[in-house]
Amino acid sequence: MSVATPPAPKERRSARDSSASWRWTDRLGLAFAWVLGVMFLLITVGIVIYLMVQGIRFVKPEYFVTSPSAGFSESETGGFLDPLVGTIVVASLAMAIAFPVGLGVGVWLSEYGRPTWLARITESTVEMLAGTPSIVFALFGVLLFQHPALGLFSQSTDGVVYGRSFFAAAAMLALIALPLVVANVREGLQAIPGHVREASYAVGKTKIATTRRVLLPAARPSVVTGAMLGVGRVIGDTAVIILLLGATLKIVPAEGPVGELRGTGSTLTSFVFQNAPTGEANQPEKAFAAAFVLLAMVLILNFAMDVVVRRGRRLTWGS
Amino acid sequence: MGFLSPPPVRKLPLAGEDTARVVEPNGNGASSFVSSGRRAVASTSLAVDRMQVEELSIAYGSKLAVDSVSLPIRQGEVLALIGPSGCGKTTLLRSLNRLTELTKTASLKGRITLDGDDTATFEPTSLRRRVTMVFQQPNPFPMSVFDNVAFVLREQASRRPRKRELKGAVEDALRRAGLWDEVKHDLAHPALRLSGGQQQRLCIARALAANPEVLLLDEPCSALDPQSTQVIEDLIVQLREEVAVVIVTHNLQQAYRIADYVAFMYLGELVEYGPAEQVFGAPKQERTREYVSGAFG
Repeated sequence: MSVATPPAPKERRSARDSSASWRWTDRLGLAFAWVLGVMFLLITVGIVIYLMVQGIRFVKPEYFVTSPSAGFSESETGGFLDPLVGTIVVASLAMAIAFPVGLGVGVWLSEYGRPTWLARITESTVEMLAGTPSIVFALFGVLLFQHPALGLFSQSTDGVVYGRSFFAAAAMLALIALPLVVANVREGLQAIPGHVREASYAVGKTKIATTRRVLLPAARPSVVTGAMLGVGRVIGDTAVIILLLGATLKIVPAEGPVGELRGTGSTLTSFVFQNAPTGEANQPEKAFAAAFVLLAMVLILNFAMDVVVRRGRRLTWGS
Repeated sequence: MGFLSPPPVRKLPLAGEDTARVVEPNGNGASSFVSSGRRAVASTSLAVDRMQVEELSIAYGSKLAVDSVSLPIRQGEVLALIGPSGCGKTTLLRSLNRLTELTKTASLKGRITLDGDDTATFEPTSLRRRVTMVFQQPNPFPMSVFDNVAFVLREQASRRPRKRELKGAVEDALRRAGLWDEVKHDLAHPALRLSGGQQQRLCIARALAANPEVLLLDEPCSALDPQSTQVIEDLIVQLREEVAVVIVTHNLQQAYRIADYVAFMYLGELVEYGPAEQVFGAPKQERTREYVSGAFG
């Protein structure tokens, strides 16, 4: 048998060296992409740092525990306790609707999808929701919740339904978060190789048991990503809040059971809107402070999401 | 027994060489697997018929994948399905526990029986607990080592029976798969942290947990390193005493090493079925002879 002696390896060129043979158009393209990338980074970081620096100067601990009040100067107008609570309440309510529905729709689209025509319609509907401006949802919500049949979700006086409440705002915000949840759940499930499903069927498990015990746990990073992106969108939305939460800076409970949720209030976004130099209240220091808190919330959310996703992606199958 | 002359070995080009070379085997047969390296074959007198495939044809749409195949599957023997890619061997394997039904276009004719009962009359889930399968890619479920095995023993999606009640059965399955000693202290660890070979043995443990009659293996070693392959091959040979084993493999050496019976398939047909020594050593069909000597495939 002829024994092959491997020839001395040729001198290897690293990837960097090999770019020496690039054409000048390629180099220009690379330079262009690089400059744009760095520019984008600088602009984003610039905005975040500017707002952080601006905001942190004005944030005072007592703002977190005092309600807003009427006044002419920054020292008289109180803090943003109500908007902070409002943000948390409205986000929780919206996700309480969007998450289960989105999870269900995502699982159905990825794992069942029968009949096909219905799945296709659902898919494009969800995509349409994702592309709809939130002010449109807000306007729709105003009309919807003013209907007497939905009067129990808000305050009504003498048969006239006010139509603005935490419930109303959360319902419309749920529509904004829904496509993000659906898309991520679906993507996560579809990234699971087919043989993993079959392995579960091949030991006698039903489709439902497989989905619950194998697929959803495997898709957890994507599910969490969807939920957190949804929360991010919800706490950042302003249009729906302004039209549907009643534009009262303080939380004003309605009469009757669960009055707080049927009443009106504000969130950090609408608080910033009101207090911005162009807003009605014009208390820029308050606006910056609230914007800082809002930004911090979103950044923490993103960071948490990153941690969860990173941890989850480490353990997975070959395809 | 007339062994073939060793097949020529095609060498892939090394760096700096332009073309592939064909190395003619030298006379002592060292480059051929036939006539060497075969494990000691235990007697197969224990063999019991478990499954019977009768005139089975499977088509995907209008494309025939398996063409009226009949063969027995016996406990006490390892049956290897060999043949070139696309010959229908995996389809045949998947039809044994009705996984083919998951493909919408698949249609099936003929009969498969398990201990005398037509598998078509079974509830798929109960059939698949008796005829379990291990796949090419190790695919432990995203849960702990313990739960991977316990999942199979539990009612569908429930968490009952409880962990305590399943300890014995889980340990037993892990022992049978030869994994217990390596994982007994890490039962709570995520299964996906195990090495590839361990993952595959966990998949085998999982497949054994429900005490099936038949174990189907679809190229179980093709994603593994030689050492893990060796471990799993030894395991398969041991397992055939307690469960009928059917293995699909692309690796002829592997089929030769572990199989008692070999079925050679080509273009959906069962060309030859017989004891491993005969199929590799003295194939009756020309196509089998060409395939096992590496002429095509």
